[in-house]
Amino acid sequence: MLKRDNAVNIFKRPLFALVVFFCVTSLFFCGDYVFAEGYVSRDAYVSTGAADARILIPIFADDSASSSICSLIYTGLVKVDKNLEIEGDLAERWEVSPDGLAITFFLRRDVRWHDGTPFTARDVKFTYETMLDPASGCPYVSSYSDINKIETPNEYTIKFHYKKPYAPALLKFGMGIIPSHMYSEAKNIRDEAVGKDPVGTGPYIFSEWKRAEYIALIANQDFYEHPPGIKRYIYKIVPDESVQFLELVSESSDAMNLTPYQYFYRSDTQRFKSKINKYSYLAHSYSYIGYNMKDPLFRDKRVRQALSYAINREKIIDAVLLGLGEECTGPFLKDTPFYDETAPGYDYDPAKAKALFKEAGWVDADRDGVLEKNGKKFSIRISTNQGARIREDVAVIVQDQWAKVGVKVRVQTVAWAAFLDAFVNKKNFQAVILGWTIPIDPDLFSVWHSDSIGENGLNFISYSNKKVDKLIVAGRREFDQEKRREIYRKIHNHLAEDAPYTFLFFPYALPAVNKRFKGIEPAPAGISYNFIDWYVPESEVKYKF
Amino acid sequence: MKRYILKRLLMIIPMLFGISFILFVVMHLAPGDPTSIKYGMNPEVSQSARANFDKMYWLNKPVLTQYVLWMKRFLTLDFGRSFIDGEPVLKKIMSRLPATLLLQIVSLLVIFALAIPIGVYGAFKKDSLFDRVSTAFVFIGYALPGFWLALILVFIFGFKLGWFPVSGMTPWYTEYLSVFGKIKDLLWHLVLPVTATAFGSLAALSRYTRSSMLEVKKENYVLAARAKGLTEKYITSRYILRNALLPIITIAGLTLPALISGSFIFETIFAWPGMGRLGYEAIMSYDYPMVMGTGVIAVGLTLFGILISDILYAAVDPRIRMDK
Repeated sequence: MLKRDNAVNIFKRPLFALVVFFCVTSLFFCGDYVFAEGYVSRDAYVSTGAADARILIPIFADDSASSSICSLIYTGLVKVDKNLEIEGDLAERWEVSPDGLAITFFLRRDVRWHDGTPFTARDVKFTYETMLDPASGCPYVSSYSDINKIETPNEYTIKFHYKKPYAPALLKFGMGIIPSHMYSEAKNIRDEAVGKDPVGTGPYIFSEWKRAEYIALIANQDFYEHPPGIKRYIYKIVPDESVQFLELVSESSDAMNLTPYQYFYRSDTQRFKSKINKYSYLAHSYSYIGYNMKDPLFRDKRVRQALSYAINREKIIDAVLLGLGEECTGPFLKDTPFYDETAPGYDYDPAKAKALFKEAGWVDADRDGVLEKNGKKFSIRISTNQGARIREDVAVIVQDQWAKVGVKVRVQTVAWAAFLDAFVNKKNFQAVILGWTIPIDPDLFSVWHSDSIGENGLNFISYSNKKVDKLIVAGRREFDQEKRREIYRKIHNHLAEDAPYTFLFFPYALPAVNKRFKGIEPAPAGISYNFIDWYVPESEVKYKF
Repeated sequence: MKRYILKRLLMIIPMLFGISFILFVVMHLAPGDPTSIKYGMNPEVSQSARANFDKMYWLNKPVLTQYVLWMKRFLTLDFGRSFIDGEPVLKKIMSRLPATLLLQIVSLLVIFALAIPIGVYGAFKKDSLFDRVSTAFVFIGYALPGFWLALILVFIFGFKLGWFPVSGMTPWYTEYLSVFGKIKDLLWHLVLPVTATAFGSLAALSRYTRSSMLEVKKENYVLAARAKGLTEKYITSRYILRNALLPIITIAGLTLPALISGSFIFETIFAWPGMGRLGYEAIMSYDYPMVMGTGVIAVGLTLFGILISDILYAAVDPRIRMDK
């Protein structure tokens, strides 16, 4: 183990102490900015995750491990700041034409690829043309398919022409840019990339990838913002969740995402508390119960509303998340402008639920505790995927809560693959418990528009509301933030009123990070948005190079 | 002998065909499909991308056609590319095989080095304290679920006591270690996985050795040797041990498949970068070419292990020699 006392001191410079002194004093005198001229990155940050990355080319990265490593190696034209507001990255600024049909980006001139080649508009053009080429098999092509033409008026300007205005476009330009000088000759970039070291423009340079063990990156001292505070970034692959936790507490790793159980109970030890900080913030996802709108049982809006009223979300959050989550009423991230706090939220009200059932014709005439209508008992099958403990627990609690208003529930758990194939994709279910991640752009087309009902479509509950369809399309065309906000708040209210889902909760993300890392500032964007500003005070450095 | 080996080698071919066919069909019969697993619930992935993926990997063709296509490529030793990252299956397996072999071979050595002496000693000191303790230990070892034992080992020796690394094989800082340091570090990382892997088989093998010894001890030729006035030491090493160890060779041949199937679990717990974990992850993500690849290699290794033990058996036991 490389501990502080017996560390191999590979990196030693006479000026080092002076630089450190300078850094430390600047810390005292200039607030929290330690990255003065000549700062040299130090120490290593070892994070753990369950799965290996798949491909380190951002336009093909379709899993979270690959995406998070790619975001350190590559940068895009734009990025989001701590408050999820869009800001320039490789692009210094941009202009949207008044008709919304053209977006022009003006690029930074001081950027070089990790191999020293200057970065130009040619790389940007190459990246987007590759994605638009159906032969490349890029999974994100639909986000860019409205692009008509790409022009590069000069080395540092790039102009995208659209067939029709597409407001989510701006955020989609966060996609990492790949170097044209590496891949423009390649027949198939995916195959070409295998066995080649990825080259990007980001704060970290690729160093080593030991399959199924770790990915090692090293700080890019010439990164255009400032050199990252931490010299080495290691992503260590530990498939077993409980082993990950042991690695964290025994300090062979520095960070992981905790489960609510680990956060609440396992971390309440002296050993943990003395070395590790816990954070919690709203994860960009929500859980819900979805009703199959094709099922005659759920056709009546009052029935869906009644089912929502009969659910005590607070109890669910306390029981399955140990309180580490917040109630949810709509498909947008809480605390963003699109989420309407005033939308109807179905606070737990069994009396109201019973009244609505009665209005819809469901009454318990034979007094056996289960509602009937035309001689048929009210019974629902809830399906969810096996292995998702939280969802299975939610199902059991819902079963209990609905029983109190006279609804009989059968819970069915199926392995994920079979669940998708035989139930969700074939729309062969009554109610499902599932979750969605919430993209930063509020566009809802793929989940809520009636055009997404088709086979394999993500609107598998077959929700169709002409007004919502219209609003979704309008939201895609509107660049004015204020007007967009109004559109999505209206959608939120429509969805709340129609109750095709019972929105349950936003869970908290629960990262834990070793205490020697400073500069972590939790924000709506999470904690890793300012990773390059994190640093370890000289006296606490663990790994010396 | 040569003809026997050749015959056995030829027998492997139809067996591989049969097993690969069953594997292929079972995998495709399981509900679920790789495209849904890969892209199922991702709102950013379009339908056209899904269809494109299906086409790229022939997933839109009937299962039998897919099998024929797979077999055609397999005959040229082309296992195709993984669905997950597009890398050639064979390359991935080859990069992961050494880690598995290292773990298995060290475990096998440990099993033999410990199991046989324990069994032999137990047989000679039948009903002694050592025999009773080792019998109890063996039963416990046999009854414990392997994954549980692995987690307990990690918890006690890796976490609580901190004697051994919690998981992994080569840490990220190996590049900063000397050659000697690297070897020491690797051995250090081997201790817990080898213990967990070897435990179950160790129990079984020492048990077999013990009962086999006890059985041979009762044979008439041992009695005859004793009557001849040979020393007890000579009888044990020449008469009893030699004959008692014969069946152990067969059992050793069967230990290999058990170790390989065990590696699917242990490698996942210990974050060991071997083939078992590769296979496990492939199954979980419906990565057909990868499942087929690891399956065929695992079956190949197993058949090979059994073949070796049969040949050894024939070599040491004159009674079952195949030559005329």
